[in-house]
Amino acid sequence: MPGQPGRSRLTVVSRLPRTLHPGAWWLWALGLATAASRTTNPLLLALIIAVAGLVVASRRGDAPWAFAFKFYLWAGLIVALSRVLFRVLFGGGDTGHVILWLPEIPLPGSFAGIHLLGPVSAEYLLAGLYDGMRLAAMLICVGAANALADPKRMLKAVPGALYEVGTAVVVALSVAPQLVESVLRVRRARRLRGGRQRGLRALRGIAMPVLVDALDRSLALAAAMDSRGYGRGTGATRSVRLGTGALLVAGLLGICVGVYGLLDGTSPGWLGLPMLLLGLLVAGFGLPLAGRRVRRSVYRPDPWRLAETLVAASGLLPAAVLVVTARIDPGNLYPSLDPLGWPGLPLDAALAVLVALLPAWLAPPPVSVVSPARAVAA
Amino acid sequence: MIRFEAVTVTYEAAEAPVLLDFSLTVDEGELCLVAGRTGVGKSTVLGAINGLVPHFTGGRLAGRVTVAGLDTRTAPPRELAHVVGVVGQDPLAGFVTDTVEDELAYTMEQLAVPPAAMRKRVEETLDLLGIAELRRRPLRTLSGGQQQRVAIGAALTAHPAVLVLDEPTSALDPTAAEDVLAAITRLVHDLGTTVVVAEHRLERVAHYADRLVLLTGSGAAVSGPPADVLLDSPVAPPVVELGRLAGWSPLPLSVRDARRRAASLRSTLEGAVPPVRPAPAGAPVLAARDVVVRYGPVIAVREVDLDLPAGEVVALMGRNGSGKSSLLWALQGTGARSSGSVSVGGVDPARLPPHQARGHVGLVPQTPADLLYLDTVDAECAQADTESEAVPGHCRALLDQLVPGIPGDHHPRDLSEGQRLALVLAIQLAAAPAVVLLDEPTRGLDYPGKARLRELVRALAADGRAVVLATHDVEFAAAAADRVVVMAEGEVIADGRTADVLVASPAFAPQVAKVLAPQSWLTVDQVAGALAGVRA
Repeated sequence: MPGQPGRSRLTVVSRLPRTLHPGAWWLWALGLATAASRTTNPLLLALIIAVAGLVVASRRGDAPWAFAFKFYLWAGLIVALSRVLFRVLFGGGDTGHVILWLPEIPLPGSFAGIHLLGPVSAEYLLAGLYDGMRLAAMLICVGAANALADPKRMLKAVPGALYEVGTAVVVALSVAPQLVESVLRVRRARRLRGGRQRGLRALRGIAMPVLVDALDRSLALAAAMDSRGYGRGTGATRSVRLGTGALLVAGLLGICVGVYGLLDGTSPGWLGLPMLLLGLLVAGFGLPLAGRRVRRSVYRPDPWRLAETLVAASGLLPAAVLVVTARIDPGNLYPSLDPLGWPGLPLDAALAVLVALLPAWLAPPPVSVVSPARAVAA
Repeated sequence: MIRFEAVTVTYEAAEAPVLLDFSLTVDEGELCLVAGRTGVGKSTVLGAINGLVPHFTGGRLAGRVTVAGLDTRTAPPRELAHVVGVVGQDPLAGFVTDTVEDELAYTMEQLAVPPAAMRKRVEETLDLLGIAELRRRPLRTLSGGQQQRVAIGAALTAHPAVLVLDEPTSALDPTAAEDVLAAITRLVHDLGTTVVVAEHRLERVAHYADRLVLLTGSGAAVSGPPADVLLDSPVAPPVVELGRLAGWSPLPLSVRDARRRAASLRSTLEGAVPPVRPAPAGAPVLAARDVVVRYGPVIAVREVDLDLPAGEVVALMGRNGSGKSSLLWALQGTGARSSGSVSVGGVDPARLPPHQARGHVGLVPQTPADLLYLDTVDAECAQADTESEAVPGHCRALLDQLVPGIPGDHHPRDLSEGQRLALVLAIQLAAAPAVVLLDEPTRGLDYPGKARLRELVRALAADGRAVVLATHDVEFAAAAADRVVVMAEGEVIADGRTADVLVASPAFAPQVAKVLAPQSWLTVDQVAGALAGVRA
């Protein structure tokens, strides 16, 4: 549109199909998961699951990993149901409104304290359901990140220092299916020979060719990588390598612990944000140091543009709102079970969660893996 | 561009050096073909070019190898990555990433090529090799020919001056091999890349080569223009053998050259009739009806009927993925069969337990080594005797009939490709099956090895067995088979006597048939026999 250049440029840039930086999706998903971890309100949790599902439905590509989302949904359902089931199985909920009278099975003395079946109260069941839903919602958020961002592309975005680790992960990921293929092939071949042995001998008949095959493959891969310049010109001394390595590992550990602390609302406060920041700081020193000895470039790195910032922010906002609300006014986030009542929907938290729905429009549409033309048509 | 100066390579624990005082100069822009029998050191020559020998493989290399002025003694393979691109036999084994584009960019990433240049080179390479539409596809979903072209592309993006290819077409059907070879010749002609290629099937590449290096096996080598070297080479494509037989000089290397010379030969042969083995009479040993094999939505074999009479050798042909292997496995009974019936002497092998099924139908799979798991040849043979409830020593006797003189204390992995195939065949024959199925048996065999396999297959048929060979090797099928069945998309699209099916087919016609068309000669041996008759 020549008449309104400013507006059309902005909309076109965000509308062009491209792959969003995987980091943005992961930040968005982890933000949403953090939000889910701070509430047991079933309405809020259902809202979070719905938001994650809607964004996945509108912005996932047609690559194989994108279809893994439904497995996460199933896993979430199973987690929630099993929480409830265990509550029924191990009974013990005889206070409150008992809705199910099951005969309690007496256990011998050594298992004292463990109930099997027995009366089940509504409060007790609901507590299990709420808790299960919280777990399920967090699981589904992670699944959404997996469906939206190619897990391997994430490795592209890692700093140069982690390149070798990244390569090892990629190789390992491709070796696993090859190993399965090789086992199936050899097992089939063993039947051709009428392999009638059982146990250890049969295992050897399969394990030997598979191992030999795997060894051959890894040698071929190593030769190919060497021929293609992997590990060129890294002239760092041993002490420097060890030092940067230690910094890196410590930093990454700190980040892991920090993320855990942040997601688990019951852990002490210092384990969360402070640990995360400390880890980031240590890794921040280690990464550039270690990265200096890696001389390589990245093919088509995913750029970090406005859309990435918006997507990440729309996931982090609900996290921030719910974490803060959980501190000052947790009332509606943890609906009361005593007295039993219909949970209310806290308006501010619900609005914050709805913000996470924005990527369904803000993120650019994905590029088709199968045929570039189809993404344009769609 | 590439210089070998008095190179001697000795591997650890080897009695004799693989290469002895080997000297070679390959000029810029040449296509150099390395040939020779199995195990004479073709891979050693190729590996020495980028320093994989001895940096990666171990062993001792005396002498000097230089590539574009770089000495491989001081430069390990990774430091030569910008000069030498390497493509292996099995492209899938050499892939580091998992999509086409990433694989093409991998070497450049290692060389720290700036992103803008990388992007441009990837696009150029995609076009050069005609794989632009595959750019985002996962590598594992590609066909063999596509994978091989991606592997070549991945080596090319770094703009190497030298490209080294180790049997790039060995796993490919004739059409896919043509595609790959066309891409290679295009590189030589348009980009001036120096190409060194090792290949067993000389008929596919000999006419493209500027120089032929023939390794003789004693560590030495003959090098020169292909037409000169092939005059008395133990490995030669059929067209060259025909040229030798007819006394043409210089030797023709391509079908086109030979055809222009062949007018007189054709008129000499006028009136002579190629021998045709009659179709054996009698009830089929194996009768398959409406066989369907499906894997989920993919239909690998679609309603195939097949009768295998005793004493007949059937070649099963068709492009990669046309359902040949699935059909063989379904006939044997171990593989999946969704519907249809297979009957071998009234019984369905799929309903029998595995150790009984192999007494009816024996299958040698594409990777025969999958069947071997013991430490010595003798142990494998003894195990086969117990498995098939044969008298001790039966399998070993069969093996000695097939390929005499394999030492019993050797590890099966140390055998040559042909010996290993013979061992697995002997193990399967120990159960005395009436039907023998061989999946791609010529893989890795040189011409003498294939001649031996041909005799072996004929002997099995003469014994009253029905034999099926699934193969891409048209020359082998022409020489060994009585009947050819061609499959496409899981269906049988042609089924007839070898000459009837092969002569008319553009993809599957053997070289002799192409040279002497419209006469229906298939092999040099047939022509030699007829000439002897004419002259007598």
